[in-house]
Amino acid sequence: MKTHQRPVFLDLWRIRLPITGWASILHRISGVLLVLTVPYAAYLLDLSLRGPEGFAAAQAILGSVPARLVLLVLAWALAHHLLAGVRFLLLDLGVAIDRPAARKGAWAAILGALTLAAIGGGLLL
Amino acid sequence: MSRRASGLRAWALQRATAVYLAGFALYLVIHALTQPPADYAAWQAWVARPWVNLGLLLLVPALLIHVWVGMRDLLIDYVRVTWARVLLLALLAFGLIASGLWAVQALILARMG
Repeated sequence: MKTHQRPVFLDLWRIRLPITGWASILHRISGVLLVLTVPYAAYLLDLSLRGPEGFAAAQAILGSVPARLVLLVLAWALAHHLLAGVRFLLLDLGVAIDRPAARKGAWAAILGALTLAAIGGGLLL
Repeated sequence: MSRRASGLRAWALQRATAVYLAGFALYLVIHALTQPPADYAAWQAWVARPWVNLGLLLLVPALLIHVWVGMRDLLIDYVRVTWARVLLLALLAFGLIASGLWAVQALILARMG
């Protein structure tokens, strides 16, 4: 098999990703984080709609300190996935696709998501 | 669409669901920040509102399709052992369908009051 002879360079500490690469890999990581919450979100939706006791139980779960930390991470994940996702949709349409504009867009998505997460953290904590 | 276009179909579904998810997520976040439900009755009444309920019911398949296409891309990229990839894809499919049915069930029950 010739495919096994291709050169492979996977020294993760020495690969320097361009900023557009960071926007992309963070889009994947934030997506996985959001996926992991899907079953629990379905459970919480059901619990909160079961009656006043269920609603109170869901509120207590979401209000706990560990849950708030998880929500903070999720706020970043949602913000990054949303902003980087909009950027990808614009790239699909040919908007901001040349290299300087693509880099600016990547910075905007990454920094915008961190800013929104910081604001969300202020509201949550 | 022909079988040869299945990659294109996945790509188009990912983009179409992305637009719906982005719009609805924005609505949900703004609603949660400006009018958080005060108690169970307010929360239940909001979920039971026809347009909110329909929007949430539509959110479920849109989210599941979006997750399926994206996670399939990741598993194909990163999991190179066939049996492990197939196992993870199967677990993902079952987990997504179970979560989706659970959410739809809760939404329909809330609609019926």
